[in-house]
Amino acid sequence: MKEFEYVRAATVSDALSMSGVGDTAYLAGGTNLVDHLRLGIKRPDRIVDISRLDLGGVEETADGGLRIGANVPNADLAADPLVRQRYPFVSEALLAGASGQIRAMASTAGNLLQRTRCVYFQDTTTPCNKREPGAGCSAIDGFGKYNAIIGQSDQCVAVHPSDLCLPLAALDAVVHVTGSDGDRKIPFADFHRLPGDDPSHDTNLVPAELITGIEIPPLPWAVRSHYRKVRDRASYAFALVSVAAAIDVSGGQVNDVRLALGGVAHKPHRARTAEDQLRDGPATAEAFEAAIDAELAAAQVGSENAYKIPMLQRTVVAVLQELVEGANR
Amino acid sequence: MPSAQHVSVRLTVDGQDHELELDPRVSVLDALRDRLAITSVKKGCDHGQCGACTVLVDGRRIVSCLTLAASYDGADVTTAAGLGTADNLGDLQAAFVDRDALQCGYCTPGQICSAAGMFAEAEAGMPSHVTKDVSDLGQVRLTPEEIAERMSGNLCRCGAYCHIREAITDVAKERGQA
Ligand SMILES: Cc1cc2nc3c(=O)[nH]c(=O)nc-3n(C[C@H](O)[C@H](O)[C@H](O)COP(=O)(O)OP(=O)(O)OC[C@H]3O[C@@H](n4cnc5c(N)ncnc54)[C@H](O)[C@@H]3O)c2cc1C
Ligand code: SF4
Ligand code: FES
Ligand code: FES
Repeated sequence: MKEFEYVRAATVSDALSMSGVGDTAYLAGGTNLVDHLRLGIKRPDRIVDISRLDLGGVEETADGGLRIGANVPNADLAADPLVRQRYPFVSEALLAGASGQIRAMASTAGNLLQRTRCVYFQDTTTPCNKREPGAGCSAIDGFGKYNAIIGQSDQCVAVHPSDLCLPLAALDAVVHVTGSDGDRKIPFADFHRLPGDDPSHDTNLVPAELITGIEIPPLPWAVRSHYRKVRDRASYAFALVSVAAAIDVSGGQVNDVRLALGGVAHKPHRARTAEDQLRDGPATAEAFEAAIDAELAAAQVGSENAYKIPMLQRTVVAVLQELVEGANR
Repeated sequence: MPSAQHVSVRLTVDGQDHELELDPRVSVLDALRDRLAITSVKKGCDHGQCGACTVLVDGRRIVSCLTLAASYDGADVTTAAGLGTADNLGDLQAAFVDRDALQCGYCTPGQICSAAGMFAEAEAGMPSHVTKDVSDLGQVRLTPEEIAERMSGNLCRCGAYCHIREAITDVAKERGQA
């Protein structure tokens, strides 16, 4: 691990003034950053510890949504009664991620900013455009099982690893950030980036910008929501594919639906094509199948990740059917 | 290039206070093992993947490898050695012995700390991935399925899993949490 200077921020303005000079990194739970320091992926000159900033709490907003502090541990967010009762798929997504120990350490903001688990990104002996712009991409002609199928470029084919981000994408969450130019609110759809010709940036944050919290707008029918993760073992593994869904049905018709897919793209993928096709139509397995087919029509697969298409189709249909059957009970 | 910095770190470990001057790169795990010679805490992967280094900090289980000790200044750390002594075993330790829930024993301190953290989480009503309905805020029952899921961050190369689960189930029954 390269030497670095360690400083601890007492306030948000402290944190901002301590960072941005040279190569600095914020430390929250450390579950991704410390790993990357040890692997040599990240080599900052200064670590700004933000873990003791007063950025906790899950609170109801005036309009009936929720505001979640950047430092709320994943374990606490998953256990929060408001989250469990109003947005069950947020809780389910968190509980499908990592282990009890890691969830107790991992913060909400850190979860959004965790970096890809692409094996070449993690192995500093191999070329990777995300680690080292211009180096090349080892995954394109390499081990391709986990590669993206939507929105990948000839520069990077990695997928975003977070589970939490899928329900947040489905809910149109808003990321609250602060920086040297003041505060701004970033809609979730604009927060993460596709790789394009610059895969080294995962998000649209500018250097030293600090996440202070996440806001989830009210969506009363999200009480009927579910997250399902398909993986190589029953627990403690990243997703091959995953599905976050919420649906509002009555009289066999879809009034509204939210759908986000994981394991498919460089960012949490909101399935808007499928949503549009389903809205105001029948809530049947055939309709769900046709909608996910339409969503995946643009997908591009190789020989090792073609399995993702049927896996996603079946998972989406199963999750939506389960939710609809629950509604009819 | 920053000059070699040292940070003062205070840790309370199993009830004993320690003052350390550390390189900021040192993890809690390395501080415990290399500086304080508390070797019951094990290093497996050093990347958060095996759970061998699990300790309790302020009562919550964490993997001590993915930490910077500097960030844990002032923390109250409990290791497996702090949960009982050879003459006076804690209930989890005794259950592991009774059920032969250890072969080489390397993963055992982490398993025991993780189990202790898990009991506290269940008592606080925290759901898990196998909880049928997360919106149900009722009491958590530590069934064998719940125990397996909640302990899944701890890997055991000897494959003593069945015995580990039985040992924890015994304790869950004794404590009225099963
Ligand atoms: C073994 C293992 C298995 C895992 N499995 C899963 C899984 O299945 N699913 C899943 O979703 N995740 C998984 N994770 C990832 C884990 O959830 C993330 O590492 C964690 O959420 C990151 O949060 P943190 O607080 O520890 O972040 P840190 O490591 O502290 O920080 C991560 C990044 O975010 C930046 N950062 C942190 N907070 C802020 C802020 N407020 N403002 C600006 N920048 C900030 C840091 O500078 C750093 O770049 C796993 C991790 C491990 C180690
Ligand atoms: S897919 Fe992206 S992260 Fe993986 S090696 Fe290629 S450039 Fe790097
Ligand atoms: S040594 Fe910490 S989890 Fe493996
Ligand atoms: S008893 Fe040997 S690793 Fe678990």
